[in-house]
Order: sequence, then C-alpha cells, then structure tokens
Amino acid sequence: MNALNTLFGEKKVKAKKLVFNSVDEYPEVPLTLGTTLINFTGDWRTFIPVVDEAKCVKCYICWKFCPEPSIYIKGDGYVAIDYDYCKGCGICANECPTKAITMVREEK
Amino acid sequence: MPKKVVSGNYAAAYAAKHARVEVVAAYPITPQTSIIEKIAEFIANGEAEIQYVPVESEHSAMAACIGASAAGARAFTATSAQGLALMHEMLHWASGARLPIVMVDVNRAMAPPWSVWDDQTDSLAQRDTGWMQFYAENNQEVYDGVLMAFKVAEHRKVNLPVMVIESAFILSHTYDIVDMPPQEEIDGFLPPREPLYTLTDFDNPTAVGALATPADYYEFRYKIAMAMEEAKKVIREVGKEFGERFGRDYSQMIELYKADDADFIFMGMGSLMGTVKEAVDVLRKEGYKVGAAKVRWFRPFPREELYELAKNVEGIAVLDRNFSFGQEGILFNEAKGVLYNTDAKPIMKNYIVGLGGRDLTVSDIRAIARNMKEIIERGRLDREVEWYHLKR
Repeated sequence: MNALNTLFGEKKVKAKKLVFNSVDEYPEVPLTLGTTLINFTGDWRTFIPVVDEAKCVKCYICWKFCPEPSIYIKGDGYVAIDYDYCKGCGICANECPTKAITMVREEK
Repeated sequence: MPKKVVSGNYAAAYAAKHARVEVVAAYPITPQTSIIEKIAEFIANGEAEIQYVPVESEHSAMAACIGASAAGARAFTATSAQGLALMHEMLHWASGARLPIVMVDVNRAMAPPWSVWDDQTDSLAQRDTGWMQFYAENNQEVYDGVLMAFKVAEHRKVNLPVMVIESAFILSHTYDIVDMPPQEEIDGFLPPREPLYTLTDFDNPTAVGALATPADYYEFRYKIAMAMEEAKKVIREVGKEFGERFGRDYSQMIELYKADDADFIFMGMGSLMGTVKEAVDVLRKEGYKVGAAKVRWFRPFPREELYELAKNVEGIAVLDRNFSFGQEGILFNEAKGVLYNTDAKPIMKNYIVGLGGRDLTVSDIRAIARNMKEIIERGRLDREVEWYHLKR
C-alpha cells in the first residue's frame, strides 16, 4: 500500500465480508452489519473520473471537494480515486483547474 | 403492604419510580399529563433520580427514549391518542432496535370529532409496531402492569418494548386503593437492566438501524416474531413470579371470571371488564350461566388460552371499545382469526361499545346477555356486528 491518505488503507483490505447462512447465525439485533469497509458504495455510478497525472499540479482541490471522500493522495503526491466508493458525481472533474480529471463512461 | 389511594395516572408514575427508571422523555397530553407531572414532582422533591427530557413532541419523546435505551438506560414515557399516533414511526424504531422501553398509553378516542374520553382504537392502531400490549382493568393493574412490563421487556429472550394501557378518566383520573410493595421487594423482583447491547460501549463501537439489504432484512423480522412468541412464556413466568412475591397472580394472559361452567362468556379488554364482572355476578343470580374473559395481553396474542376457552363455551360476546373501519371490532377480528383453523367453533358476536367514552353499564351487559342467550338458543346469529348503543 503506498496509499498515504486513503481513509481505510489496510483496514479495508483486511476487512471480512459478513455472510449469514442461517437465521441462527444472525445477531439478535441489527447492529452494524459491517461498515463501508466491506459494503462498497461505488457500484451505482455511470461515469468514473480518470486522472491525467501529466496535467495534475497537486493542488488537491479535487481532494477537498470530493463529498465521499474517495480521492486520496498517493506517496508520490499525485491524487488517485478509490473506485470502491466513488459514485461518479463528477465534482472533482468540474473543480479541477487544469482539467486533469475527465469523466469516462464506465464499461462493466 | 403499603397502600396508597391514587389515580391510575399516579399509579403509573409511582410504578415508574419504583421500577427505578433512569430516563423519562415525555410530552403532555390529556388525559396522560398527570403521569409525567407526578414524575417531574418526584424529581423536583429529590425522591427519584431520573433524567427527565422535556421534548417538543411525542415523536421526539419516543426518539429520546430510544436513544436512552440504546445507551443502556431504563427508559419510560407516557402518552395518549393523538400523541401516540404522532409517535407511530418511532414505535417501529424501538421494536426493530430491540429496545425494552415501557410506555403507558392512556386510551383516548382519536379525533375528529375531538374527544378526550376512553376508546381503545388509539392503541390498537399500533398493533403491528412490534410492541407488546398490556390492558389494565383497574389502577392496581396499571401499577403492577408497569413493573411486570419492564421485567418482560428486558428479559434476555425478549428485548421488545411494552405498552401498558389504561382507560381515559375511568382509570387515569379516578382514585382507588393501590397496593405498592416496599422498594426493596420491588428491587428483588426487578433488578437493574442488563442490556443486550449498548451504544456507549466505546471499546466496541457499533451502530444500530443501519441499512439491511433484501439479503438480510427478512431474518431480522423473523427474530422479532420469535421473540414475541417467546414473550408469551416469559409473560406467564413473570406473572407467576409476581403473584408469588406480591400476592396478585398474572400468570394467565387471559383472566377468566366464572368461566368454568359458563354457557357463554363476555370477552373484552381494559376497564370495561370491571363492569362486566359485576354484571356477571348479577346475571348469575338471575340464572344465566355466564362468565368473563379479560384479555390482558393483546400482543403477543394469547392464542392457546383463547382456544382452550373457546372449545368449552357455546358462545362468546366480544365487547370492543374500538372499531376498524371497513371491518369490525379489532379484538373480535383477532379472536375469530385464531379459532378459524381449530375445532373450537363457538357462536361469536361482536358488540361495539363505549366508543369515545360512552358509558357501558351493568344493565347494558344484561341486555347483551339476553341477546346472546337468544342467539345461542336459536343457533344462529341475528347479525355479526352490533352497534349496541346506537340511537335508533
């Protein structure tokens, strides 16, 4: 992991998905059935932001504006998108002063 | 045993105090107001250590109780009619989060037309919220009901909220002798709550009420359904223990009165059953073999006890101080439903009585008895639902 500023880092990688196979395995109360460490919320989008590092000036305006937040700063200082949570809202692309982020239709 | 002459509302307030509730969040509404006034008085006089949360509505009252209960506290509130209706959404949150909150609802007619008098439709309209419902006949049962409600609600196999229900004015503002056991004996019956979970366990942070997808929601509903079934056993055990400790037995979810050899019985809930018992005594002297069955717990519904009762009688007159528009009296509807798949087939007739506080007297019950006797002799109903008091 060279992720410097991702909120979850290794925690996300280590988190186990909860699977209940029978009613007896369920907890009595619907307490935290797993957090967003296992429940990814990024698969609802149509467009994804793609970063062009040649244009990026490391101003981090996108990082500040991302409402999720699913933009993190890598070890080399460039930004990257955590696609597990990015909902494709396009705010980062809209705010980027150098047009380093473009929204691309996601192919699944 | 110490006795006090108190109103039904004061009985509820004393019971909350004696149950050592830790948080009360409530909003005043006639005829519930004197419950929470009395609790405020206990606090002001230094007689009880209760965190009282004044809120801006009943919806908020229940929300505050939910928060307190999820934090591990013993929470109590009280309301009535329109206030209960405003709480409706939060009632589901309380049961869904498996929180053993106890609430007194003072049965009052729903408006319009505006009314502050006794009617069961307010509480029965909350039938499907996952709350247990206990209907009190008198002030003593209001008091006992609140104490038992906490014990049942907090039982480790139950963890569901309870509504203790009393009649507007007939109980809420009428004074009667109520036997209140010494505090140490109540503490022996009702130890401090042991919560199933608590949101103030900061070493194990958790959240309740988060999203459950279609893959998981269903199982949590089943858990509540099973807890309600389990609650029937717990109610009977707790009712028995209450009897052993304090001399008033509540092990029966349906209380029977002179029903053993009865040809037909009156069935109903709440304070009107006091009048019915008196009428049964009168009717017995007049040669009628009648009895009464008071449904104490409406949720969970005592299906087994109803069946045992129904197979031994020729007729059941169900007295509903409530009505489900487009159908019939709510207890009648439930009772018929229970018996449909059994071999017990008494003649059942629904009498709609006492709506909006219309008085139901002993002579009314005698008239109903004459009608029921005729029906049983004839072997068929004249009509299924009778609006008994209707001015014709």
